[in-house]
Amino acid sequence: MAVFLELLVNGISVGAVYALIALGFVVIFKATEVVNFTHASLLLAGGYVIARLHPLVGFWAALAAGIAAAALVGALVEFLILRRAHVGSRGVLAIVTIGVDILLTTELTRQIGTEVLALGDPWGDRVLRLGPVTVAETRVVALAVAAALIAAFLLAFKFTGWGVAMRATAEDAETAALMGVRLGRVSLGAWAVAGALAAVAALFLCVFPTPGLDRGTTAAAMKAFPAAILGGLDSTTGALAGGLIVGVTETLISGYQSELAFLGRGIGDAAPFLVMIVILLLRPSGLFGTKEPVRV
Amino acid sequence: MSGDAGRPGAGGPEIESPETAVPEAAKPATPETEGLEIRGLEVRYGPVRALRGVDLTVPRGAVAAVLGANGAGKTTLLRAVSGTLRFHRGAITAGTITFGGARVDGAPAAEVVRRGVVQVPEGRRVFARMTVAENLRAGALAVPGRRAAAARERVLELFPVLAERAHQRAGLLSGGEQQMLAIGRALMAGPSLLLLDEPTLGLAPMMAARIADTVRRINAQGTSVLLVEQNAAMALALAERAYVLEVGELALSGPAAELAASDEVRRRYLGVGAPDTDRPVGTGLEERAERTRPARWTA
Ligand SMILES: Nc1ncnc2c1ncn2[C@@H]1O[C@H](COP(=O)(O)OP(=O)(O)OP(=O)(O)O)[C@@H](O)[C@H]1O
Ligand SMILES: [Mg+2]
Repeated sequence: MAVFLELLVNGISVGAVYALIALGFVVIFKATEVVNFTHASLLLAGGYVIARLHPLVGFWAALAAGIAAAALVGALVEFLILRRAHVGSRGVLAIVTIGVDILLTTELTRQIGTEVLALGDPWGDRVLRLGPVTVAETRVVALAVAAALIAAFLLAFKFTGWGVAMRATAEDAETAALMGVRLGRVSLGAWAVAGALAAVAALFLCVFPTPGLDRGTTAAAMKAFPAAILGGLDSTTGALAGGLIVGVTETLISGYQSELAFLGRGIGDAAPFLVMIVILLLRPSGLFGTKEPVRV
Repeated sequence: MSGDAGRPGAGGPEIESPETAVPEAAKPATPETEGLEIRGLEVRYGPVRALRGVDLTVPRGAVAAVLGANGAGKTTLLRAVSGTLRFHRGAITAGTITFGGARVDGAPAAEVVRRGVVQVPEGRRVFARMTVAENLRAGALAVPGRRAAAARERVLELFPVLAERAHQRAGLLSGGEQQMLAIGRALMAGPSLLLLDEPTLGLAPMMAARIADTVRRINAQGTSVLLVEQNAAMALALAERAYVLEVGELALSGPAAELAASDEVRRRYLGVGAPDTDRPVGTGLEERAERTRPARWTA
């Protein structure tokens, strides 16, 4: 039972981090209808800046710089590439983002080389004991921070002018423009927010028990894709649910790996994608997604 | 589709040349350049020419109506003014549009809104997944909060039903309520010129009359209106001046009262007047199928 509870807490914590990534993904999709495959490299860029800067300026300043850098890279990708790519089809734009992702990831992994970079976080490998359950402090912090960011994001989305502009644009961009919404700013803002959230996620994907940032970090980030898709690409609630489902499934299956040996090794890594496929077969628009409304 | 073949000569039943002024006694004596001025407008969607040589004026404080059959280019005209042609792969290829003395052709939609020109799109296009209150808020995104609060009061006074339904999803409103919301949302930006694209389309006569009455009230509060309508009787009753578009070109223009009295307009748009052997006389309000015929009314 203690093992199960520990795995569950860890799973929820990892899931909350995936939810942060998925949320950015969903925000970009809502604002621009582009499926953004650049997300993993935004995350890597944020993590890389934190890793390189913390020995020089300390952890918190490095974290702030990493968040700003990832937001900036996101905004630049939007401004320099997507805004200028006058291709009609959203599918082609998605492939453009794959190209940008490969470029960025190639360069960053070249910089990282074979190193494993520590992010200099203050939590180290300390653990908290709650009765029979032992959880890493990093996991508790990740859960708290992700929950706070997600709540702040959802409140802003619901109640601020920025959120109203985002939602109006997501629903009907032309009519939003008729309300005076500057669509370029909305999409720039979406990319920047997504980048910032990805940098925070990068931190928590690279701290204990993970040894640090390395070229494998993008693979971990990739698990947020099934999270976003199974929740419904255009649903913020879906991003949350999807993140949690993926995190818990992955952690439980990896934790009970020996009992599940008949499924083969590494099933924990594949599980998120299996869950995604099953859910999409049952609900093609994801758990909370709306089918694209017919526009007249 | 450019409609060159079979065009009537420029000397069609022009009731009055645009230079002869509309009686403007009731209106504030402001120079025409402060209103909307469209000169020689040509619009294309790729190879398709949708408008050619259109001249149109909405003096400050006035109501002008644009009539025309389906596909005549009425919506295109409003898109050209509001800067939304680019959403339809269209562009202004000749001519100018000025508002308040400054050029607005080529300005992005968000900029045109900030100049005080706001369009209520064809088909209402409320944000169906947002509440009524959020829709109104969206309408005020381009104006500072203090002005938004004042605009909100004005809108809710004009449409009390929107206050009752404030927290309901806009997609669940009736057609008439959605039209009120669409107009109210546009008014939130405090426009000096309101562009209305077929606001009574698909509404029951009672509701259409209410919308017409609302347009009159909005104008009485000082907002100019450019009204596109298939409901010619209503539009001519509201407007001081009217324009008739035919396959992308102006076929008629003049004081609304004179157009309403003209045999051509009465027969083709109001469904009354001289008998027409060519086609049945309809109600005048539902003549869409008839009007899409290529037949010209002048030889
Ligand atoms: N996006 C577009 N691409 C190509 N042609 C278009 C486009 N939109 C409109 N058109 C063409 O431009 C012409 C004018 O269309 P418009 O929608 O302005 O007419 P309308 O007078 O508003 O008609 P309705 O009464 O049906 O609303 C039509 O011939 C139409 O087919
Ligand atoms: Mg139209």
